[in-house]
Amino acid sequence: MEERTLIQVKDLKKYFKTSKGMLHAVDGVSFSIPKGRTLGVVGESGCGKSTLGKVLLHLHESTAGQIFFDGVDITRFNERQLRDYRKRMQMIFQDPQASLDPRKNVSSLIGEPLKNYKLTQGKAEYEERVDEIMRTVGLAPAYRESYSHELDGGRRQRIGIGRALAVDPEFIVCDEPVSALDVSIQAQILNLLMDLQDSRGLTYIFITHDLSVVKHISHDIIVMYLGQCVEYADSKTLFKRPLHPYTNGLLDAVPIPSLRQRRLNTQVMRGELTSPIEPKPGCRFAARCPHATDACRGQDIPLREVEPGHWVACRLVCP
Amino acid sequence: MNKKSLWKKITGSRVFKVLTGKKSTVVCLAILLLLVVTAALAPVLAPCDPYEQKLVSQLQGMSPEHWLGTDSMGRDVLSRIIYGSRVSLVVGIASTLIAGGFGMLVGLIAGMGGRIVDTVLMRIMDAMMSVPMIILALFLGTIFGKGLGNICVAIGICMIPSYARVTRGQVLSVKEMDYVTAGVLCGASKIKNTLVHIFPNCVSANLVLMTMNLGSAILSEAALSFLGMGINPPTASWGGMVNDGYKYLSRDPIIAIAPGICIMIVVLCFNMVGDSLRDALDPKLRGTLARRGKRTKRAGAARAAG
Repeated sequence: MEERTLIQVKDLKKYFKTSKGMLHAVDGVSFSIPKGRTLGVVGESGCGKSTLGKVLLHLHESTAGQIFFDGVDITRFNERQLRDYRKRMQMIFQDPQASLDPRKNVSSLIGEPLKNYKLTQGKAEYEERVDEIMRTVGLAPAYRESYSHELDGGRRQRIGIGRALAVDPEFIVCDEPVSALDVSIQAQILNLLMDLQDSRGLTYIFITHDLSVVKHISHDIIVMYLGQCVEYADSKTLFKRPLHPYTNGLLDAVPIPSLRQRRLNTQVMRGELTSPIEPKPGCRFAARCPHATDACRGQDIPLREVEPGHWVACRLVCP
Repeated sequence: MNKKSLWKKITGSRVFKVLTGKKSTVVCLAILLLLVVTAALAPVLAPCDPYEQKLVSQLQGMSPEHWLGTDSMGRDVLSRIIYGSRVSLVVGIASTLIAGGFGMLVGLIAGMGGRIVDTVLMRIMDAMMSVPMIILALFLGTIFGKGLGNICVAIGICMIPSYARVTRGQVLSVKEMDYVTAGVLCGASKIKNTLVHIFPNCVSANLVLMTMNLGSAILSEAALSFLGMGINPPTASWGGMVNDGYKYLSRDPIIAIAPGICIMIVVLCFNMVGDSLRDALDPKLRGTLARRGKRTKRAGAARAAG
């Protein structure tokens, strides 16, 4: 596989103005994704992972930093310039019910991007293309005239994937695409996404809070905490040798379906996310970290490469 | 051939099925149709001239000659009701459409526009709402002058704020939905997204409001006519007839009650049809109702067989 970088993000920031001050939703995140690979973004609710996905697609305007798509800086693009790029980058939403217009049937939902971008000529080609997309995502043609509320969650999410695929994109932001589905359907959808990646060379950002899902699908993983990237490594390394205390905590929180493991000493994280509004300098995780010292506070901790391709932001690991 | 297939397409659609699935809706539709036909064919149907005054035969009760009696000027009440349906239906429907159309437009612009546009538009609407409707209609009526068209516009303008408020609220909640964001990603421009995804999801509440306002529009016309701002006196309108007739309520109640019942029936029918229309246009309800209709029909057939 060619190792061309498709997406590169440099020091991306997104602040929201609130009545109490600036909310640092995404605070200086950098990464790059080679074409055809998947970057998993994990973190608990409210850590800014969904915002990150939306900023990448320009659904939110970024506060600072740069986004390169295929070598072009698209950070300050206006709507007209973006239109062409939107064809190449799509999104799959968390809640398939909410992301599908209740007044449109399946074929017009899937056909909408085709019509808007004028990708087909004539009715026959349009119908054929809709059928083809429905086949690709595993929807029976019988559902053409159905409405989204008449289908189950898995099929709804297939419609969402079909819509995203209709414009033949290169890059897809998957914003928790399986967290609203039950486990058996989760596997189907994940397999579908991975099959599509194999056959079309798609590049994904896979946002989730479910570590077992992210392990299954991602090549590289970013662990986010309060808008910052605390650990960045390839999937295997991260699961084998997690270094940041937060990553450890997340991994410990994954339930292990084994009786022998139940007396195993695990440390469950205590406390809740501290406020992302005007955070104090220093390690954001310090308030909950069992190993925090005074050195962790007062000064921001940079992300450092501790071994090739494994980046961690922690005083303990690299003082 | 083509015509037939179009007819089949309409009658075969789910909207039509749900709309005609409830018996009460069918009855109401039939009554409304009957009224429209009556209004159109008034000169043919009316037994007497509605404007011919016979002061010798005033306030006669019901008789074979004058089915609903005569009013204080000796005019045939039935004929006046038939002619009055023209004014009342036109005022009711036209002013509601004016109000609904402009109100939804204002609400849509306020909801989608920036904060300044929103504030300016909604404060104007608030100002209009703070004045009692009849006073505002009187004021506008004075500006525009008498006449059927002007009265429709005046009443229409008075009812704009409620539509604008309802639509704006709906737009604000709908535009945060994921499917609107998805529309942006699908390459829809802001205007297209508004028309395709936001607006259709805001209509249903307005539809209900419209059917409710229809009755009050007919009554407003009556009130305006009573105050001398509406239709010129000899022209028959239901509202005007109620106003004329109530003075003789104890002596000859039918003069006021007959047009009153007509207003009630129209309002009731529009309410019922509007309700069903809202259900039929909502894809969620449409599916269940179509199925339910089929099921009850099947159950009825089974009962008849067994």
